[in-house]
Amino acid sequence: MEKIDLVVIGGGPAGMAAALKAKERGVKSVTILERAGTLGGILEQCIHAGFGLHYFKEELTGPEYAARFAALIENSDIEVKLDTMVLGISWDNTVTAANKEDGILEIKAKAIVLAMGCRERPRGALSIAGTRPTGVMTAGQAQEYINLEGYMVGKTVVILGSGDIGLIMARRMTLEGAKVKMVCELMPYSGGLTRNIVQCLDDFDIPLRFNCTVVEVHGKERLSGVTVQYVDENFTPIAGTEEYIECDTLLLSVGLIPENELSKQAGIELDKVTGGPVVNEIRQTSREGIFACGNVLQVHDLVDYVTEESNIAADGAADFILGRQAVNPEYIEPLCGEGVRYIVPQRVNINSGKDIKLYFRASNVFDNASIVMSVDDKEVYKKRKVKVTPGEMENVTLSADIGKQIKKDSKLTLSIRA
Amino acid sequence: MVKKMTCVACPIGCQLEVVLDDENTVVSVAGNSCKRGITYAESEVTNPTRSLTSTVKLIGGIRPVVSVKSALPFPKNMMLDAMKIINETEIKAPVSIGDKAIKNILDTGIDIIVTSRDKGKQQ
Repeated sequence: MEKIDLVVIGGGPAGMAAALKAKERGVKSVTILERAGTLGGILEQCIHAGFGLHYFKEELTGPEYAARFAALIENSDIEVKLDTMVLGISWDNTVTAANKEDGILEIKAKAIVLAMGCRERPRGALSIAGTRPTGVMTAGQAQEYINLEGYMVGKTVVILGSGDIGLIMARRMTLEGAKVKMVCELMPYSGGLTRNIVQCLDDFDIPLRFNCTVVEVHGKERLSGVTVQYVDENFTPIAGTEEYIECDTLLLSVGLIPENELSKQAGIELDKVTGGPVVNEIRQTSREGIFACGNVLQVHDLVDYVTEESNIAADGAADFILGRQAVNPEYIEPLCGEGVRYIVPQRVNINSGKDIKLYFRASNVFDNASIVMSVDDKEVYKKRKVKVTPGEMENVTLSADIGKQIKKDSKLTLSIRA
Repeated sequence: MVKKMTCVACPIGCQLEVVLDDENTVVSVAGNSCKRGITYAESEVTNPTRSLTSTVKLIGGIRPVVSVKSALPFPKNMMLDAMKIINETEIKAPVSIGDKAIKNILDTGIDIIVTSRDKGKQQ
């Protein structure tokens, strides 16, 4: 069995950044295991621009963002195994994987970085009534067909869900000559970035209907139309608001689910809200030596933040491998106060002596809100924000100074006040 | 005249209120949180541009198409015309990031360039 320092599971933006950072930190042997035939992950099909504004200070397309990291990896001694499926992680951090060349592979690693990304919530999870015709697919599936296979999926389109992929696909389908009739969003607000609503819908006069959902799918072999209906505040369809919309394609952009089958099987504690592992400030999971970053940890809206998070996880893994772990760590769990849906990291070492960024999402839309951090109900930090929405991840810094005020039994709470 | 728009210079998405005079020149911009908001408002009023991305047919590639983008921000009102030309374009593998797929599209002075690599099918 091969013995190495670090195994990175997944060769998308998270895995590539983590592997490179670990190398930079002096970790000797690093291997990336990737399920697909190329590095880059989902970025390969995200041909639109808008990536890298924070990290590279320029606007790149998905494949270009991925290529910058892939080129650095090609010029390093990081080993990359493509078309390789990881099957399991044992109690002693041995990773079992399979591919056509090596058959079954076993690699014992000092540390592991989980970077498996996420997948789309499928139709089956929505319980929409009606027939089962062709023409109903997730937005990401349509994106792959069109952008990688050159196969146009339909002519008249309804999109359910206003997540970023749905918005991006509304524009993409329009540019390719399809008629996007509307985007329906169950919630009273969009889960997508403002920029995408402006440039993908407003630019092409595509209507966005809030509090509206698809209740029935029609068509025998090919989709012939959908019934849309408005919902009340309990998401119950309102009688009399049904409307039949003729279309041959229904795209679903109704949420992303971190892909944690491996983590579960490895006995790693998961957060019920994020769907990803529970981690501390260095992104170490409940299992020593196993770290997580990117969409497998929490679904991100910007790849730039994925890169940032992967650098943190790789730093943690490098410290662990090089024997520079925290001395006498004492952990507290930051609490989600009013308006906060979740916080990553879920555990924070109060003796770290470092500034720690807490990433979080709001549970609702807030205008002119204050983001407030308090220790034992005493306000220690406050910042004003013009707008806070669930669709855009926020962060606040738990500074080393504030950290000093926190004791083992302190209650650290983050809340959003209107 | 007051025009409301959402700034998309960065992900914050500031809600701008742009005051215009009779000649459609920007008098003032409010609601922006950085200088880029003013630049954005001015260009949205005078010459709105977008990053145009799509794919072109690829002959002999591992994949049948390859992704492309406008090398510079592209005039918004010419995007659909540009798409017609992009959809008629075929290029040959191998291709690398930055290769010109279409030179000076629609006489805009803007090239359409390749944004991903395809080494081509092994013979």
